[in-house]
Amino acid sequence: MVDFDVVSLPETDHVDEGDTAPDFTRPLVNGEYWEDRALADVVDGPTLLLFHPMDGAFQGTYLYNTVDDHGWSDDVDVLGVSISTPYAHKRLLAERGDGVRIFSDPGADVIEEYGLAHEIDGMTGITESRPAVFLLDADRTVEHAWVASEHPEFPDSEAIGDAVADLVD
Amino acid sequence: MSEPQITLYRLQACPFCERVVRTLNELDLEYRSRYVEPMHSERNVVKRVSGARSVPAIVDRETGVTMSESANIVEYLEGTYGEGGA
Repeated sequence: MVDFDVVSLPETDHVDEGDTAPDFTRPLVNGEYWEDRALADVVDGPTLLLFHPMDGAFQGTYLYNTVDDHGWSDDVDVLGVSISTPYAHKRLLAERGDGVRIFSDPGADVIEEYGLAHEIDGMTGITESRPAVFLLDADRTVEHAWVASEHPEFPDSEAIGDAVADLVD
Repeated sequence: MSEPQITLYRLQACPFCERVVRTLNELDLEYRSRYVEPMHSERNVVKRVSGARSVPAIVDRETGVTMSESANIVEYLEGTYGEGGA
């Protein structure tokens, strides 16, 4: 048992295993530039789609350190999504997330559509994303899904690693 | 979705880039925008494709042309795709 208080987040009707991950177009940032890309055009094989709180929050830092530590971008395409701007994504990718590309969704419409919106206390006007992990196959079918149900909560890297191994196998 | 043949490397709010965009729109040409950062040192991708770090720069896969400098680009686009162009 943890000895600090975690907040339970309300139930959410989020994208789940067996669903087709909804398509969307947003600026997609790599280490060098960004351009509008549709998810459907980017996904052409096993893809790890990671939603995370805004860049700079330690959850994102921790998440991409985990991606790097496990070398997941060697096995599957790794795509992030957060409300941060392309400029912030570029700074993040300069430090970590080798081979990762990140969508920028400042209006949180994609985050809302995926059922991940989180109104964060004390930051009026900002809709955040819950941490969430979706492993997609080439036709965007969700093979593995995890969505935070508490705040704060971190994805289980072992479960992600197993799901990646299963899909790539 | 078919990929546009023309890629424009641009900087947000750069007047010379907007000038090229205006010409692309006037000629009804499809293009994709790739945004880079203000810092010259952050523009290696532009240097790789065009030989220089300046923006705007375009890559036209239809003709195999890569070009920098907005005046040159506008002249090229009008000459290639405008009325009376080749």
